[in-house]
Amino acid sequence: MQETPASPLAAYVAFLERGELGYQFSPSADAAVFYPRVIAPRTGEADLEWRVSKGFGTVHATTVVHQQKGEPYNVALIDIDEGFRMMSRVEDVAPAAVKIGMRVKFRVHRPGGDDPPYPVFTPAEGG
Amino acid sequence: MAARGSVAIVGAAESDIGAVAALMSPIDLMAQGIHRALADAGLNLRDVDGVFCACTQARTSAMSLVEYLGLPHAYTDSTIVGGSSFEIHVAHAHAALEAGLCNVAVVAYGSTQRTVGRRQASVREYNPYETPFRPFLPASAYAMAASRHMFEFGTTREQLAEVAVAAREWALLNPAAWEKQPLSIADVLNARPVSDPFTVRDCCLITDGGGAVVMTRIDRARDMAKRPVPVLGWGQAITHASISSMPDLTHTGAILSGAAAYRMAGMAPAEIDVLALYDAFTINTILFLEDLGFCPKGEGGRFVEDGRIGPTGDLAVNTNGGGLSYCHPGMYGLFLLIEAVRQLRGECGARQVAAAEAAIVHGNGGVLSAQATVILGGPATV
Repeated sequence: MQETPASPLAAYVAFLERGELGYQFSPSADAAVFYPRVIAPRTGEADLEWRVSKGFGTVHATTVVHQQKGEPYNVALIDIDEGFRMMSRVEDVAPAAVKIGMRVKFRVHRPGGDDPPYPVFTPAEGG
Repeated sequence: MAARGSVAIVGAAESDIGAVAALMSPIDLMAQGIHRALADAGLNLRDVDGVFCACTQARTSAMSLVEYLGLPHAYTDSTIVGGSSFEIHVAHAHAALEAGLCNVAVVAYGSTQRTVGRRQASVREYNPYETPFRPFLPASAYAMAASRHMFEFGTTREQLAEVAVAAREWALLNPAAWEKQPLSIADVLNARPVSDPFTVRDCCLITDGGGAVVMTRIDRARDMAKRPVPVLGWGQAITHASISSMPDLTHTGAILSGAAAYRMAGMAPAEIDVLALYDAFTINTILFLEDLGFCPKGEGGRFVEDGRIGPTGDLAVNTNGGGLSYCHPGMYGLFLLIEAVRQLRGECGARQVAAAEAAIVHGNGGVLSAQATVILGGPATV
């Protein structure tokens, strides 16, 4: 019996479990693809290859969310050097100190319990 | 292919809006809007054979509405792409009317989000690539687009506030508007922060509301109770669903949807007298002024300074007070159409734009995701 291939999300989470930021690359589109999919956008080819990012990126857009109760926190869009964009947050710095153009480095956040790990970023020196 | 001016909007009306009576349902509001819009056209429900609607509180809204109205044979379409669904319905109704699939179409909306609470009215789907970071959606998505606009073009916090102030000044001329008090730039800047750079005054209202427009082919439209408002052009573009997948945070799909609408109408921005732009957040108005060709890309912030889009300015934008100050029940697109129709008929009283002959209606859905433009004309345009 043939094994069912992992879903795009399950494969992505498996990379994170190993401390890696996985992403897909499509030769037919000649581009990185994120979020992970079963076929490449535009070309429609099922040629998506998993790769591991070096984990460096640049803040593309940023906001500070002000809750009615609780501390403000950062939400950002990060342009990863390998050519894809993702939502995340920048930690180890005040939320309002996160600026567009800031170089950042990936690390895994493990929320614990049944919640899967997810990628967060910290300020990077030079990258 | 649907032709320029072959159909018209012949009736338009709001349901009750603002804070509606206890236990009103979204479908009650759709029906009330339809009843009023048909009366506006001089028609009644027996004439209707096309039903177009969208609603966040009824998963199968066309089914619910057809049941409520008792119209088993109606041609239906409940395309839902957020707030611009109704501009897309106008395009789809245009095609259906021309193809003879229906003869009198209603486009309807209803929401009780103020009464039941925003979380109840519009349940947000879990997105494993965004939800863990707790963006306050939709505000945080538009806020990040604003952060890029400020970074790339030097747009200022005060320029964003100008949009809210202009909307408020228009709202003070509209008896139906929710907001009744003046608003200053300082008021906007000093309001409660929501998602930087936005304060609560950069964000749309949370009201109840609904309404409908009635459409028919132009030959029949000429026999209605009021002056028909021909549909001259339309276009749509859906560039993404989640903000992390938006191709370019400062260039929206309105560039594509607007170009298609202008091409179909055979018109240019300089020929537009009235603008109805989906202002869920202050950055929207700036982006759409740019993307629909009223100023160059990046100049939107400077363009709106000094009250230019307010009642004393030289470009009439969101004359009802907009989603920022008039009414915003979650999906605002139908109200853009209603106001444009009223302006083109000269029914707007204190806020009437002189010699309004053409209006651009621009709907936005999701997080700058689904852009849909409709160009409407006065009687001289066909």
